[in-house]
Amino acid sequence: MSQVQNTLDQNETPQTEAPKPISPFRQQMREFWFYFSENKGAVAGLFFFLFVVLVAVFADVIAPHSPIEQYRDFILIPPAWQEGGNAEFLLGTDPVGRDLLSRLMHGARFSLYAGCIVIVISLSIGVMLGLSAGFFRGMYETIVMRVMDVILSIPSLLMALVLVAILGPGLRNAMIAISITYLPHYVRLARASAVAESARDYVTASRVAGAGTWRLMCITILPNCMAPLIVQASLSFSTAILDTAALGFLGMGAQPPASEWGTMLAEAREFILSAWWVVTFPGVAILLTVLSINLMGDGLRDALDPKMKRS
Amino acid sequence: MIRFILTKLGLLIPTFLGVTLVAFSFIRMLPGDPVELLAGERGVSPERHAELMATLGFDKPLWEQYFSFLVGILHGDLGTSFSSKQPVLEEFFVRFPATIELATCAIIFAALIGLPAGIVAAVKRGSAFDHTLMGISLTGYSMPIFWWGLLLIILFSSPDMLNLTPVSGRISALFWVDTQTGFMLIDSLLSDEKGAFKSAAAHLVLPTIVLGTIPMAIIARQTRSAMLEILGEDYVRTAKAKGLSPFRIVGIHALRNALITVITVIGLQVGVLLAGAILTETIFSWPGIGKWMIDSISRRDYFAVQGGIVLIASIVMLVNLLVDFMYGLINPRILHRRS
Amino acid sequence: MSLLEIRNLSVEFETAHGLFRAVDSVDLEIDQGEMAAIVGESGSGKSVSMLALMGLLPWTARITADRMNFDGQDLLTISQKERRKIIGKDISMIFQEPMTSLNPCFTVGYQIMEVIKEHLGGTKKELEARAVELLGLVGIPAPESRLRAFPHQMSGGMNQRVMIAMMIACNPRLLIADEPTTALDVTIQAQILELLQDLQHKRGMALVLITHDMGVVAETAEVVNVQYAGQQVERQNVVDLFARPQHPYTHALLSALPERATGKRLPSIPGVVPGLLDRPTGCLFNPRCQFATDKCRSTPPALHSKVLCHYPLVDGKPTNNHPGVSSQGSSGQEALGGNV
Repeated sequence: MSQVQNTLDQNETPQTEAPKPISPFRQQMREFWFYFSENKGAVAGLFFFLFVVLVAVFADVIAPHSPIEQYRDFILIPPAWQEGGNAEFLLGTDPVGRDLLSRLMHGARFSLYAGCIVIVISLSIGVMLGLSAGFFRGMYETIVMRVMDVILSIPSLLMALVLVAILGPGLRNAMIAISITYLPHYVRLARASAVAESARDYVTASRVAGAGTWRLMCITILPNCMAPLIVQASLSFSTAILDTAALGFLGMGAQPPASEWGTMLAEAREFILSAWWVVTFPGVAILLTVLSINLMGDGLRDALDPKMKRS
Repeated sequence: MIRFILTKLGLLIPTFLGVTLVAFSFIRMLPGDPVELLAGERGVSPERHAELMATLGFDKPLWEQYFSFLVGILHGDLGTSFSSKQPVLEEFFVRFPATIELATCAIIFAALIGLPAGIVAAVKRGSAFDHTLMGISLTGYSMPIFWWGLLLIILFSSPDMLNLTPVSGRISALFWVDTQTGFMLIDSLLSDEKGAFKSAAAHLVLPTIVLGTIPMAIIARQTRSAMLEILGEDYVRTAKAKGLSPFRIVGIHALRNALITVITVIGLQVGVLLAGAILTETIFSWPGIGKWMIDSISRRDYFAVQGGIVLIASIVMLVNLLVDFMYGLINPRILHRRS
Repeated sequence: MSLLEIRNLSVEFETAHGLFRAVDSVDLEIDQGEMAAIVGESGSGKSVSMLALMGLLPWTARITADRMNFDGQDLLTISQKERRKIIGKDISMIFQEPMTSLNPCFTVGYQIMEVIKEHLGGTKKELEARAVELLGLVGIPAPESRLRAFPHQMSGGMNQRVMIAMMIACNPRLLIADEPTTALDVTIQAQILELLQDLQHKRGMALVLITHDMGVVAETAEVVNVQYAGQQVERQNVVDLFARPQHPYTHALLSALPERATGKRLPSIPGVVPGLLDRPTGCLFNPRCQFATDKCRSTPPALHSKVLCHYPLVDGKPTNNHPGVSSQGSSGQEALGGNV
């Protein structure tokens, strides 16, 4: 309870100090940045993540080659610094002569895209289900929560695999499948907050003041349970990238010749003992991207969770 | 306590029914005609098609199919696998020990490293060790384990590199070990073959590391944060005021309380482990249920997938129940709630 | 030679805003079988000085002292290992919050037996018998069955009795009680205090009682240390202190006792104990002192026969050439709500 109280206090203090020339929002952001930047890892993560985003956005411009063009004379060329390497192909080429670096750059698009879509789908549907369940209670709540229990009791990757088998392999269906497996986390978080918040005085007050259901749910309650949802979203952004890559690796995600990192790994698997670079680099790309997001997530949690804040 | 368990068990029934419904409807939604799949490339005559539909029960209304599926489950009958023509339950239990063996080794590996690492990091909070350890554990948590497996194979199994461990399977083909328990480590010990145990153990090393990496990272992080909170509690100060040794204070007074959280965390890794087993078993050709599910899905083996989902979900539910039970056992405040 | 002798003890904490001096040159001397009290408001560093003696402060604390001797042993130079042999055996301490000071995961019996085993040893049977005896001694009914109880199954008062049993288990020669009754009901408070006094008499141990309650002090202690903002402002035996308080702070504390209030309103001391960021110059008490002069605001006072004040009081009036005895004194008295 006291924790919730804290959240309220934290949210409201900047607003009550309104006479200062800075707007409350900017002051909030400034406070947020103060706590976030205290965590060096989080800042490093943020910068690397921005780098990946830039690479993904400008992949067409900065990639030295097309990601799908096959240079038949340059098959499995090792990275430039190794013996037999070619400065044309900085990180070497794959078994059909495509430039690895260019493929990796374009691959960033798939991963970030998949991560974003998965969050948007699971966050919006999950929050809606959770808020309404916590708000209306009764039979509806029971059914929603039981369905979430069912989803939770089937391991996420298995669930996603079966869903993709039904929908057909491909990046779009993989994203839908992964979104469904993430739903329960958001539903549970949103429901718990809604139940806790709707018992509080300020909600009763706005109810008495005649606020409608929609307004109560989305404008009164939702902003007060945003912090845990944002932290959860940053967590599932990284797991979404991992799971998309895993489905790609199992041949159920993005289909060749797409240069999705997991799919690239699946194609490279048979060369694992002969050409280390085709296996190593896509994995490094996944690991670093996911790590940077998780570092950011840690910083977000420190900055948003008032329990962790030092007074 | 018994009522606590019964309540939890009662809550599981609707979830279990939900799982059966999901598994049942998933399979009916799969594209393609089951009989044609079953018949394979030879094709099948219309009469034979109808006959097969009838024997498999696909001609009945959906609710009747679901009902007989439920009745079958209660009788321990999950149908017959298309590809092997064996009962699904039997297929499952042939492979299950391989997965348990791998998962157990992985969780032991994860706890053996993650638990002490988390404790030391909490005690030496803010030190270089703490920072390094948390960095490593976040890296482990971010690891795409299918790639991690490949990387370890390159490092440890490649003839050019260390050449230490085998790449796939549970035991070298040179050995013939009778299946008695299904656990290769035990079976190889029981057999007369010399070196069989060593071979089985060597085959386990890489899959264990790969599958244990993420749980290890989670356990280390959770142990650290639980210990940090507890080391600031009043009763830790009391323990110090009693003149106890630091080892007793951390290892008995603080750890006993931290374990309440940590055991729960370990228990909740079962879902993660089973999902990870799908990838790990695929990479290392480990003949467990993860690989079996992948193969069944790609073969569109209806009944195997359907039965597999029900069985795997049941295991997850049972383990979660066990974790709840353990939580009650190790937390005296729950154990004695009535008094 | 006294049992415990502390000279010029200071404790500093490193904080984000610089060094904070929580305890500032405090002395304490206590003989075998004696009972001393340390009095002061919250934040006056009462607990910190005793936690420093016990070695229970976090590593951010910097402890300095001219002397810190217990029973002839120098606690300043002693190794951690040797200190642990004394702590919990010869010196022990009970805390303010009985509900959180006992480990929730172990039975009461285990926690009592543990400390005996650590310092005195013994078979399981002996330990159990001793634990039962101790629980009986602190007035817990049916001690045999309570041995297997967990802390959360008992009330706060019962837990504090367990805590006392645990801390007297090894027959300590010095027991420090840090606000042992603050978290308890009023009726239980009296029982616990009585128990502590009784144990002190019977066992001849020295007892240091930390409290903010002058009433408790009057009933129990022999010697009283009054602490303010980490400094020791006055030290007297209890009779003299109540009859002739010499420091304005002691005087104000006593005036705030309901029994002594004469006006309609209960007198109080305006303001709060200064923290890290609002430390005054000169005497630390000057912003709240009714007798404060320019000298008080600029120059820190020195110790005047065990009183830390430029103008020690005699019969409620400042002495030592206080510039405005008559005029300021009377108006200040009214602010505090009447004459003593």
